[in-house]
Amino acid sequence: MSSYIEGILMLSGINLIAVLGLSLLTGFAGLFSFGHAGFMAIGAYSAAVCTKLLGLPFVAAIAAAALVAAGVSWLIGRATLKLKGDYFCIATLGFGEAIRLILDNFQGLGGARGWPGIPPRTTLLNILILDVIGVVLLANLVRSRHGRNMIAVREEELAAKVAGIDTFRYKMLALVISAAYAGVAGALLGHYMTFIQPKMFSMVKSTELTIIVIFGGLGSISGSVLGAVVLTFLPELLRAVDKWRLVVYGLAVIGIMIGRPRGLMGGFELTPKSIRAHFARRREERAIKAGRAAEDGDEALSGEADGKGGL
Amino acid sequence: MRIRNIVAAAVVALALASCGGEKQADVIKVGWFGALTGDQAVWGNNEFNTVKMLFEEINAAGGVTVGGKAYTLEAVGYDNKGDAQEAVNVVRRLTSQDKVVAVLGPNASGNAIPIAPILEGAKVPDIATVATNPKVTVLDGKVKPYNFRVCFIDPYQGAVAAGYAFDVLGARRAAVLYDVSDDYSQGLREFFIENFEKKGGAVVADESFKSGDVDFRPQLSKIKAQNPDIIFMPYFFKEVALSANQARELGITQVLMGGDGWPSDQLISMGGAAVEGCYFVNHLDYEDPDVADYKARYLKKYGIETELNGYLVHDAVVLLVDALKRAGEPSGEAIAKALESADVKGITGRIKISPQTHNPEGKDAAIIKIVGGKYIFQQKYAAE
Repeated sequence: MSSYIEGILMLSGINLIAVLGLSLLTGFAGLFSFGHAGFMAIGAYSAAVCTKLLGLPFVAAIAAAALVAAGVSWLIGRATLKLKGDYFCIATLGFGEAIRLILDNFQGLGGARGWPGIPPRTTLLNILILDVIGVVLLANLVRSRHGRNMIAVREEELAAKVAGIDTFRYKMLALVISAAYAGVAGALLGHYMTFIQPKMFSMVKSTELTIIVIFGGLGSISGSVLGAVVLTFLPELLRAVDKWRLVVYGLAVIGIMIGRPRGLMGGFELTPKSIRAHFARRREERAIKAGRAAEDGDEALSGEADGKGGL
Repeated sequence: MRIRNIVAAAVVALALASCGGEKQADVIKVGWFGALTGDQAVWGNNEFNTVKMLFEEINAAGGVTVGGKAYTLEAVGYDNKGDAQEAVNVVRRLTSQDKVVAVLGPNASGNAIPIAPILEGAKVPDIATVATNPKVTVLDGKVKPYNFRVCFIDPYQGAVAAGYAFDVLGARRAAVLYDVSDDYSQGLREFFIENFEKKGGAVVADESFKSGDVDFRPQLSKIKAQNPDIIFMPYFFKEVALSANQARELGITQVLMGGDGWPSDQLISMGGAAVEGCYFVNHLDYEDPDVADYKARYLKKYGIETELNGYLVHDAVVLLVDALKRAGEPSGEAIAKALESADVKGITGRIKISPQTHNPEGKDAAIIKIVGGKYIFQQKYAAE
């Protein structure tokens, strides 16, 4: 595999971890965040402190990144989760920018000029392992009682409250877990780039993550996976169109959102079970058509062609 | 159905694009990357245009002879929007897919630093243009084997600005306004203050803003209250023009001074009278007879004036061609080795690469004053 493809795969995997976390917060608990790059920055810097300054192993650095990001998110959550809807969103936006500006000003870790010389510990293998762990953990969480409670909060907070769900607690849980995911992603990114700069964690990065979640489909883990891979590869695939790359990228995202307003996988989940169910349905359809074909030959041919195309 | 067709078309296009560049024996591929889109696009386009123009000229004159064989040069350029992550992607692509033997650019230090491990892995040298952060070529006291540059570095630029302000302009009290979220601005500020204070001057105000700000009046008012002799503004021309205009509105009449982020046609058209009589440190003198020829050729070919980056990428090409000729074979390793002992005359001055730092040694800075809407060269100035 060329180092180019490997690099983009690694970036997709790193983005995926951050997106999974955000998917829990936005897709399942219904809270929009425009400050997740801030948690990534916290993760990236704490992990770099662990490996570069303290000489700890990479695993410990990743754990520390998750913990620190989760801890900070808990503090932020205490202060802001009482806010409803848009107000929370604005608060996270302010948080993300604040983190970036603090890092810009903090000369001990390089300030705006960035922090070079971080050991290159991130490999495709450890990204893949963390991706799998991330997906499995999240899939189990959203199917558990806690996950269903989060969905209840997303669907109708007041009703959830009436039903006896501690909505604040579940929103907090979603925020803390998603921040931990972002922290891990930041740790991986820092040790992939070997250089971190506050500029890398600007609001653009936060919005990018939110776009991936919505593009993939709210409330769908497989959608987040697909979205992260597609939207990380897309700008690189579009290098063929030169300067129009980002215009085409934007148009493609708009086009797909118009064509599929709920995102690529909105509401659907790609699991072994759903795949089996899909094929079972296809078989059934084909059987019906075959039955019809026996009746009149010509029409069935075109009917079957349509059936194949309509995925 | 339709989406599937589009995806299929994209895959086919990609496949064609990736295998389109059939390898020819007598072509040397040279990579370039920088910002062709985004707020740094002016410089990126200027650099890439210059590289393409120079390669065409070199090829028309028979190409480059490496190890007794004539080769033509081909430029492979990619946009990275000035983004560090994309810089890494692009260099991975250039080295593993396009198989370039050397990379030219980028202009931004924050993009030049993270590509070092990839260059080392692929054994392909890079010549940065105006990446002035010392850490681009040297990290923790060790020189990076495949990173080179053709410009002076920030500590030197800061020392030149401080020295000129103190010794020549006679300033004793300086104020600094800088962009806290910009790596270049932070570096230059630090080295200016360090050197100005070492000389015995006092920095009476040290104010900051962040990228994207358009109102500088609060900071300027504080600076005005301190009544400094000079105001140092180490950031880019757009903000320079805005803050200079606002400073004049507030009645600040002091001389403003800046670094190599200033020179641009935009500065004069946006700043106008506000930047009249101000000074900045530059890589070269625009009226130097050495640069006149390149300037004219660029104007003739593209119909617009070249920017600062063009001159430096011109010298990066000069440096590369010289190294190619001496390398004996068109391979990244051989070129990197040849670059270490390079000593050529570029249009921005003599470029003698130091093997210890991979920086051009003893490159003088030019002090430019804005007079009557023109950049008037004052003197070559070397800091001790």
